[in-house]
Amino acid sequence: MDVLQLIVSGLANGCVYGLVAMGFVLIYKATEAVNFAQGDFMMLGAFICLGLTNPQFMGLPFWISVPIAIAAMGAFGYALDLVVLRRMFGQSQVAVIILTIALGFVLRFAAGLIWGHEPISLQTPMAGKYVRFGGLVLGLNELIIILVTVALTVILYFYFNRTKLGVAMQASSQNQLAAYYMGIPVKRIHSLIWALAGMVAAVAGILFASKGSIDPSIGLLGIKAFAAAVIGGFGSLPGALLGGLIVGLLEPFASRYIAAGYSQIMPYLLLFLILVFRPHGILAQVHQKKV
Amino acid sequence: MNVAAKAAAPSAAKDAQVVLSIRNIESFYGPIMAIRGVSLEVREGQIVTVLGANGAGKTTLMKTISGVMDPEKGQIVYQGQNIAGANPDKVVRAGVVHVPEGREVFPLLTVEENLKMGAFTRSDTDGIRRDHDMVFSYFPILAERRNQAAGTLSGGQQQMLAIGRGLMAKPKLMLLDEPSLGLSPLLVKEIFQIIRRLNREQGVTMMLVEQNAKVALEVADYGYVMELGRIVMADAAERLLQSKDVQEFYLGMQTEESQRGQKRWKQKKTWR
Repeated sequence: MDVLQLIVSGLANGCVYGLVAMGFVLIYKATEAVNFAQGDFMMLGAFICLGLTNPQFMGLPFWISVPIAIAAMGAFGYALDLVVLRRMFGQSQVAVIILTIALGFVLRFAAGLIWGHEPISLQTPMAGKYVRFGGLVLGLNELIIILVTVALTVILYFYFNRTKLGVAMQASSQNQLAAYYMGIPVKRIHSLIWALAGMVAAVAGILFASKGSIDPSIGLLGIKAFAAAVIGGFGSLPGALLGGLIVGLLEPFASRYIAAGYSQIMPYLLLFLILVFRPHGILAQVHQKKV
Repeated sequence: MNVAAKAAAPSAAKDAQVVLSIRNIESFYGPIMAIRGVSLEVREGQIVTVLGANGAGKTTLMKTISGVMDPEKGQIVYQGQNIAGANPDKVVRAGVVHVPEGREVFPLLTVEENLKMGAFTRSDTDGIRRDHDMVFSYFPILAERRNQAAGTLSGGQQQMLAIGRGLMAKPKLMLLDEPSLGLSPLLVKEIFQIIRRLNREQGVTMMLVEQNAKVALEVADYGYVMELGRIVMADAAERLLQSKDVQEFYLGMQTEESQRGQKRWKQKKTWR
């Protein structure tokens, strides 16, 4: 029974990692840059929702502040690309990566200034509620995390494969020049991808905050999500989710069966092994261009 | 070949309206001037070819027209409207579609999705469906492989897909960059037949950049020859085919009285 509970809580954690990892992959696929502030995007999304919901700040109803927080992070991502990153068009990817690392620090301290560095918990209607299946007791928030992640994955799948704009996003990430030739507005597509990454990060952040208290340094979880993205296959959205789930499941079992000091190494040990034996990740999208 | 018909076609096209007129274009790659004051005209319904060796500036000229590159100087007038320096999506919407060199399909998208992306700038669902069927009627192999990822097609099929994708944008003027690149002679023949048919049956004006001068001049009405970023020759295609210089430098023919041949012959004599 408690194995099942470990699985559920591991899956819930893994969903959050997977969503952040998807943010990494979205931006990497479209712009070939890695957004190391993705974890801090998640933190910011969580804090915006918290700032809107909690009574000591604005005290709006939870179900109103969630869409506002998601929309705000979408606008943030779009504006970031429009105002900052579009000016760096044509510069090396390293410049963009360093910029995102710096941005992560800025966001962390800005959030600290606004909401304080002490851990606060988001007041959700799900908090402290449990669902019982026979003898099994599961946190309602964990079940909701899993359901929301599944729903979001399905939505993203349909978006990228069935809508014109989604296919255009795929197209411009596969062959940017050809996308220009076909009249696809590649720069606007980049901004929209950043917006999408911001929105996914906000969902991840709100889900994460529903499990416990948050402080501005939770963005460092992004490193684990980055490992998850690499394990799953950097450049593949299903891979990112799979990698997240693997890391999420690995953690509770490792901490249960392996001595405390070693258990936290496990995700990175797995990352190491994957890089050695399957360098493109589990679900890699590798293709060769024909001449 | 029916000589009378071939001679009649360009004279009829001469009265046709000028669709694209380029005046004194200069384009740069960083500090390097790739196009040094090019002027040319394309008339409605024509196939115009631009010949030249590697590095002559043909592809740069195409990119400048389609808006992927911006010219430093000069005008590109398309249907009375200056499109020099316009964004590619605006140029595509105006009806000028560039089929790039080396196919450049979207490798992981299916054939169907690639075609759909060709019609990105359009929203007339019925027209898109009609053009979609039209593309499949010209390239039946694409219909057969419609659900296959474009990256798994052969080189010739990818070239067909690139042309088909370009057609989906409903071009009035199509810029074809090296459609023969890397294809077998048989496939080159097939592709050029289709290009000719598209020009005749669908009324698509074509501007064709080629290194394969013979095939290009055979389908074209009018030809320009570029060298080092300049136009050095311009004439009706069949007259270019007859021209001594073009024969020698672009068609690889050697006549006895040609400069190069004579020198080589003289050299041989002194060696003996």
